[in-house]
Amino acid sequence: MAINWFKYSAPSTFYGLAGKLVPWFAWPAALLFCVGLYIGFFVAPTDVVQGEAYRIIFIHVPASILSMFIYLIMAAYAALGLIFNTRLSAMMATALAPTGALFAFISLWTGALWGKPMWGAWWVWDARLTSELILLFLYLGFIALQASIEDTRRADRAGALLAIVGSVNVPIIYFSVKWWNTLHQGSTIKFTGTSMHIAMQQAMFTMLVACWLYVIAISLVRVRSIILERERNTQWVKELAEIKQ
Amino acid sequence: MNRLSLTSLLLLVIRRDLLLAMRRRADVLTTLVFFVMVVSLFPLGIGPEADTLRKIAPGVVWVAALLASMLSLGRMFSADYLDGTLEQMLLVPQSLSMLVLGKIVAHWMLSGLPLVLIAPVLGLQFDMSAQALWVLIAALLLGTPVLSMIGAIGAALTLGLRGGGVLVSLLVLPLCIPVLIFGAGAVESVTTGMSAVSHLSLLGAMLMFSLVFTPWVSAQALRISME
Repeated sequence: MAINWFKYSAPSTFYGLAGKLVPWFAWPAALLFCVGLYIGFFVAPTDVVQGEAYRIIFIHVPASILSMFIYLIMAAYAALGLIFNTRLSAMMATALAPTGALFAFISLWTGALWGKPMWGAWWVWDARLTSELILLFLYLGFIALQASIEDTRRADRAGALLAIVGSVNVPIIYFSVKWWNTLHQGSTIKFTGTSMHIAMQQAMFTMLVACWLYVIAISLVRVRSIILERERNTQWVKELAEIKQ
Repeated sequence: MNRLSLTSLLLLVIRRDLLLAMRRRADVLTTLVFFVMVVSLFPLGIGPEADTLRKIAPGVVWVAALLASMLSLGRMFSADYLDGTLEQMLLVPQSLSMLVLGKIVAHWMLSGLPLVLIAPVLGLQFDMSAQALWVLIAALLLGTPVLSMIGAIGAALTLGLRGGGVLVSLLVLPLCIPVLIFGAGAVESVTTGMSAVSHLSLLGAMLMFSLVFTPWVSAQALRISME
């Protein structure tokens, strides 16, 4: 059976689909968060070198991975919107940006909390930290640009161009920061290369999946609001049950 | 009607922008004075020890150059946008990318080149060695055009927006970080006794890369902003 995917590229049909999909992602996300945190806090053993504080990585690592990944997804959606002129792709890009910025921020914040007991400093100009900070700046630039443009069509397209330029720049920034760091001074503290305990792996993986599902759920919720906001003058919105009440 | 060749179009745009700027010299001077002032503020804030100053000089000069180029970005398209010239420029049959490149070159000659020329004088204030000064000039010569080119994208995207000046810095500054790193790094590698060639080569690579892509991207951004 061939599914007509294009049917759901129209905001009016996707609105209903997104509404049905949200619980399917939100509940597993909540469940997996609980499971992941339980394994992380109670099952996973205390680290020999880092003590209890290492448990921050169970939220830190998924947040870092997703903050970078969301930027790519966002740029891909933005590019789709720019090339094929699909409204929904641009809305998805807009919906993903705040979540990406949130994860970048969580990653920096938990990184600082982890760095204080481990490195003895809240902030180190390490290549990874610095590039994560720049990534947060890129997200904020994208959000600020879209927020300051009234015309949604122009906002979508301008944001898309910025996201694409940013994603081309991300590897350049990453490597320049890395070289900058190694040229200044060798990184004095490195991750210990010991193999991870199986329970730690499970906790990390569960948390990663949970965060992932959360991202999907929250961006679907957000894209529903964006659809409603932009299509508020159309007939199909006026006929929605939740609007009529 | 004879059609302009690409080179003559480029030269025409550069000449026009330079001429317009020469009619209002204060704008060009403001950027330069801003640059000199920001650089001069650092010794006042940090202290007059020559050792410290020598160490921070390349970074200070580069950050000031970055800020000064942000300051002048608003002028790249806004005057033409306000009096309707830009709309006509979008309609010409010649390549818009070339036209934008002309504007970028003119912007660099007005805001980047003066900084390159004055930087050695400021370097002397920071007690930099002659060798370091030469590298600083070379790095600025390679790096400041990149700032103008990346800035053009931001300027085109924020055309006619409220608070465009702050917004353009927010968009462009993170993208300029590689230039800052290698620009300042080039000078620092010389002062620590290493060769600056690798840094300068990377700056050159960035210049070539942006020379190919940024005029086209800025042209697209202009079309988005003007439709």
